[in-house]
Amino acid sequence: MHGTRTLDEADRLMTVCNSCRYCEGLCAVFPAMEMRRAFSDGDLNYLANLCHACGACYVDCQFSPPHEFNVNVPKTLAVARAESYAAYAWPQALSGAFARNGLVISMVAALSMAAFILGFAALNERGVLFGVHTGPGAFYKLMPHNAMAALFGAAFLYAVLALVMSVRAFWRDIGPPIGGRADGGSIFQAMRDAGELRYLHGGGVGCYNEDDKPTDRRKLFHHLTFYGFVLCFAATSVATLYHYLLGREAPYPWWDLPVLLGTLGGIGLVIGPVGLFAAKMRRDPALLDEQRYGMDVGFNAMLLLTGLTGMLLLVLRETGAMGPLLALHLGAVFALFITMPYGKFVHGIYRFAALVRYAQERRTAA
Amino acid sequence: MGSKYDVLVIGGGNAALCAAISARRGGASVLVLEGAPKFYRGGNTRHTRNMRCAHDAATEILTGPYTEEEFWEDLLRVTGGQTDEVLARHMIRESKDILNWIVEQGVRWQPSLGGTLSLGRTNSFFLGGGRAMLNALYLTAERLGVDVAYDAEVTDLAIEDGMFLAARLKRPINGETEIRATSLVAAAGGFEANIEWLKQYWGEAADNFLIRGTPYNRGSILKMLLDKGVQEVGDPTQCHAVAIDARAPKFDGGIITRHDSVVFGIVVNRHSQRFYDEGEDIWPKRYAIWGRLVAAQPDQIAYIIFDSTVVTSFMPTLFAPIAGQTIAELAGKLELDPAALEKTITEFNAAVRHGTFDHTILDDCVTEGITPPKTHWARRIETPPYLAYPVRPGITFTYLGTRVNKEARMLMADGKPSANMFAAGEIMAGNVLGKGYAAGMGMTIGSVFGRIAGREAAKHARN
Repeated sequence: MHGTRTLDEADRLMTVCNSCRYCEGLCAVFPAMEMRRAFSDGDLNYLANLCHACGACYVDCQFSPPHEFNVNVPKTLAVARAESYAAYAWPQALSGAFARNGLVISMVAALSMAAFILGFAALNERGVLFGVHTGPGAFYKLMPHNAMAALFGAAFLYAVLALVMSVRAFWRDIGPPIGGRADGGSIFQAMRDAGELRYLHGGGVGCYNEDDKPTDRRKLFHHLTFYGFVLCFAATSVATLYHYLLGREAPYPWWDLPVLLGTLGGIGLVIGPVGLFAAKMRRDPALLDEQRYGMDVGFNAMLLLTGLTGMLLLVLRETGAMGPLLALHLGAVFALFITMPYGKFVHGIYRFAALVRYAQERRTAA
Repeated sequence: MGSKYDVLVIGGGNAALCAAISARRGGASVLVLEGAPKFYRGGNTRHTRNMRCAHDAATEILTGPYTEEEFWEDLLRVTGGQTDEVLARHMIRESKDILNWIVEQGVRWQPSLGGTLSLGRTNSFFLGGGRAMLNALYLTAERLGVDVAYDAEVTDLAIEDGMFLAARLKRPINGETEIRATSLVAAAGGFEANIEWLKQYWGEAADNFLIRGTPYNRGSILKMLLDKGVQEVGDPTQCHAVAIDARAPKFDGGIITRHDSVVFGIVVNRHSQRFYDEGEDIWPKRYAIWGRLVAAQPDQIAYIIFDSTVVTSFMPTLFAPIAGQTIAELAGKLELDPAALEKTITEFNAAVRHGTFDHTILDDCVTEGITPPKTHWARRIETPPYLAYPVRPGITFTYLGTRVNKEARMLMADGKPSANMFAAGEIMAGNVLGKGYAAGMGMTIGSVFGRIAGREAAKHARN
């Protein structure tokens, strides 16, 4: 059999589902399953990461519990998905971070924010830390720009390296696509599918969360979260270009591009995670991977913290609270970056890779 | 639940919900009594996946037209003429509009599923399958204000002179109550899960039958109606049965326990003897006879035997085949006499005449000199591992029902229409389907007559 009990169960379910196929119109998982008659570990991890947890197949299944066939695809694939994150984590020595993820993330976040506050306090006069600073370069009175860029650049590059190594392991494990190879078209298709969350849609009617009514709003909140994150990232990128290319230093006036992008993104990063958290609290326990509660909530909290401190910083940047808030915001962002490869953030990366693989298979089959 | 309703619907499947929705849309107050718990609601509808409706042109999900005349010819062929032509033609005509009406009730279509290409033109598939279809109908019914009770067993019906008065309701928590209603729609299915009733016709053999649907299809409403003077229709001794995996659960194994591999091998009984031409016709036209064939064998068990060369020729199965490196080893695992099985396979292999194998047409791979012959797709079974699926009769539905007219109104034994009793779905399918079956017809009967019954019941109640 397989390496783990979860994969054994996933294999059992895919065997049941492959002899039924009623759900093939609901999402990508079942058509991908139908291309196979037997399932390797890699196949099951691929299918697990292809699943968007919309819940429709559970509500629609005539064999879901209490039926003796006990078919619960969303939950089993959620557990398999989470276990796959740990299995592919780089370096492997840190894969344990997934097991008690909520604790790890909150510790890292707390330590990181404390370090920035203490660092600011140690390196700056009390009058500077709590002083009122305005005009270009105000932030850099507390921390020199080059130091900031070097620290966050290093954290960001580490996160990218760890993610690339992890996804490489996943990509190798799921094996060559059934009869195809990677190409630009598949990547473009996957970007569209991910960008619109095409498979978080219950096959068209909507997703299921707390009951058998397709009224779930997770898709909307996920869009707010994801695009909020993207806008914030864009704000930082534009600001970096301003700094190095135009010689213009932050903070920028409210109407300037980095602030507009950051404000819109920040709003998304506050509403989105709150909405997702509320949905998580209401979710039918039958669908929930309770073991991974900490991981889901931890990442959610980090995004919310980033958005919230950023928005507060914007509002209060011309007061004496700017110094401490900047420390908190930088601490939150730093913690977000370095925990990215070891928390729920990776779901987007693996799912995107799975969507690329699925697009390849579809194009080959067509 | 109020004390009196315009329309009482007994049953909780496709026909019952179509009746409830249609009656509610007709302005009636409606109560649905489903005998099963919520999870098992819907009777056989849980396990369905498509509906056969006539249509004059291709649609987004149907590959071409399927005219009323063609539908009628198909029905005539599968029933061997055992159908009520007026009723059947009426149903077929109404089925055209059902394609749209059912979508208005929240049901979604999708193109035919993988492995069912032969139905792509005639049958519309439910996105997400039968339970998804049911969920949509229940949501719509509840949104419209239909009351629904689960675990709601009807223990008696008060009927006088062909007029329904009240139903006796028994529920685990609320105890016994009397439900009065102006009209009754009986849509409570057949008696396929009632082993004692099946035994009346099949004897002890019925103990070895597996029931493909839930244990709640006991036919108690059908029995009450017939006992109280409603005219019966359909052969009481007949049921629709297919060969399903012998390892399937006693009840509710649904579609996934079926086997499509008969044409790729041979089928033997407990004495290792073949008993029917496995290659008689294209599989979709013959799969429904194998339940009855196996039911006639000793201990109601048989074994589909094939070799490793054909494993990927049919849909993947829920239960893996039983394997042996030699025929004798396989026989041992199946608890068959090894010598007898070897003899049967040796004789079969010797009788195979070389031809060009093609399972999509009636090919020229035949046997010569054995009885029964295998008249198509005959190939030697000679490449180990040798494989087998044990199969038993899987009972899908029964044909006995209540006679109705075009208004879905029940007819009493004396031929007079009932004043206020209507029937829809499997409980009256025998009017249209005297014997045989073609995929998706049960759902057509359910939706068409459900919609009519609900409309007529509401009309009666509001007059």
